[in-house]
Amino acid sequence: MSADRLRELFATVRAEGRTAFLPFMTAGLPDPELSPSVFRAIEGADAFEVGIPYSDPLMDGPTIQAAGQTALKAGTTLDRGLAIAGGVAETTGKPVIIMTYANVIFQVGSERFAAKAADVGASAVIVADLPIDEAGPIQAAVEAVGLGMVLFVAPTTDERRVAQIVAADPVFVYGVAELGVTGERKESGGHAARLSERVRALSKVPLVMGVGISTPEQASAMRPLADGVIVGSALVRAVLDAPDTDTALRDLALISRRIADALR
Amino acid sequence: MKLDRPDDRGRFGDYGGRFAPETLMPALDELERAFEKAWSDPAFVQRYHDLLTSYVGRPTPQHIAGRLSEQLGVTVILKREDLAHTGAHKINNAMGQGLLVGEMGKRRLIAETGAGQHGVATATAAAYFGLECAIYMGEKDIERQRLNVYRMRLLGAEVIPVTSGAGTLKDATNEAMREWVRSVEYTHYTIGSVVGPHPFPWIVREFQKVIGEESIVQLGGTLPDVVVACVGGGSNAAGMFYPYLDLGIDLVGVEAGGLGIETGKHGASIGAGSPGVLHGSRTYMLQDADGQVIEAHSVSAGLDYPGVGPEHSYFADQGMARYESVTDAEALDAVDLLARTEGIIPAIESAHAIAWVARERASLAGKTVLVNLSGRGDKDVEQIAQIRGLL
Repeated sequence: MSADRLRELFATVRAEGRTAFLPFMTAGLPDPELSPSVFRAIEGADAFEVGIPYSDPLMDGPTIQAAGQTALKAGTTLDRGLAIAGGVAETTGKPVIIMTYANVIFQVGSERFAAKAADVGASAVIVADLPIDEAGPIQAAVEAVGLGMVLFVAPTTDERRVAQIVAADPVFVYGVAELGVTGERKESGGHAARLSERVRALSKVPLVMGVGISTPEQASAMRPLADGVIVGSALVRAVLDAPDTDTALRDLALISRRIADALR
Repeated sequence: MKLDRPDDRGRFGDYGGRFAPETLMPALDELERAFEKAWSDPAFVQRYHDLLTSYVGRPTPQHIAGRLSEQLGVTVILKREDLAHTGAHKINNAMGQGLLVGEMGKRRLIAETGAGQHGVATATAAAYFGLECAIYMGEKDIERQRLNVYRMRLLGAEVIPVTSGAGTLKDATNEAMREWVRSVEYTHYTIGSVVGPHPFPWIVREFQKVIGEESIVQLGGTLPDVVVACVGGGSNAAGMFYPYLDLGIDLVGVEAGGLGIETGKHGASIGAGSPGVLHGSRTYMLQDADGQVIEAHSVSAGLDYPGVGPEHSYFADQGMARYESVTDAEALDAVDLLARTEGIIPAIESAHAIAWVARERASLAGKTVLVNLSGRGDKDVEQIAQIRGLL
């Protein structure tokens, strides 16, 4: 049961009194051949969120949109993206969470997608445009092959929905720390603390915060609030902005190390 | 079977639903509740219809196009949505949603626009109701529909160019949704067609069905053999078709054939697409084998969209309406045809419906065909002149 590896991770970080670091990176960036080295350059990860690029990512800001376009233009298909994710799981030995959008899954079919994700050794699935109201068929397919489903709670989510979401038994709750789409922010909207309080009042389900967390300081501020922190755009931008691959890998190592250290 | 409203999961048969980021779900719930309450409140419905009469200029005329009919050998009746305030049917929905926002206490409207007609309509509603307004428009559309960009700015709206993708309606819709995720606490997303997550397709159809309802009254007891409307997202077609469903009339939606279906450069989501999820609902769309959205193409910005409203997908599967397409060239010829026989310059979008009638005139001979002339062509004059080398 691959979802168990994530459950073990959260049990461990809770026992150790720390917050897990879950870096996000787009599969196939800058291209499918170099992508595995990009993932390997990330330091201090407890688990990886691997993004399968989608042409119209509604929940993503300009950085991850650009990464997805670059990866798609470079020939990243669903199968190649999943193969890259499988390579990350194999070479790092860490749990891998597949992130994508609903249409990518529906086009191949929920069961076939789940089987493919299980085949490459993934632990869980995140679907950015799949609220609990529509999650049923995909969650059932994913769980049937031993993977975990991740469900979102946002600052706008009301109490009735929070209760419904934790009752669906996700492998972890993705707490949307900021209003808006993914991307770096200077100012915090201050929603995370209240969100954490509301989820934890109802459930012991692991809570991982993401969206708008890009600096070591912002990550550190999540330590009392969450079992894990997802950092995406800051890492993706390091790859997009670098003049060459060596610089990209060096910058990525540096940024990820600083964030991981801030969480220890 | 005609559905009064989608089911409790926001579906028309297999289509529709709510594939949206969690951040938006409470706003969609709130919108559904607000609309249900308002639309069952006779006082709200009266305010909406009063506004349509006093401000929008409804009922819009409906008349036989005499010289066109004679030339085609088909009796063509035109429903003149081009004569509504701001020049298209879009105003029916924008004023309805503007009125609804008053019930929800939000202070700002955002919208996507392709041809600019919905952007102008939303900017107009914002000015009328005293709301802030931002319109997302693809940079390619800003170029080819410049007149409407100036109109929106004159009306006090901010026009935000969208550079992602092909810079057309799909990309503008993405960006408007992203902005809504950021500002949902004080902003209403005034979606412009029968697309998007539930309850939008239902709300927009309800605010547009006045077109078909008026049309039936204006016909005074006789019914046409065929009703034709162009389909991008499909709001004018939904509003026209809905009251005509289940009456045994041939309902024809005309999609953008672009450079020809066989070239892959078109906007025929039903004619040449397959079911998937786009902009929050399950519907026919243009996509590749991996579920990546394929860019549409049409000479008309309003039909240059790789999806279609979920209720149209339901109509298509159920055989309640059929969906055909005409090419860019046929649509441009139809602009000339209507201009020179009737003295009406239609929007290139609406000219698609005329073009289908012109092409099919042999099989339509002797029949009565009602065409929804959804908008006027002033916005397209510059683009047509450029295409023809007149500028």
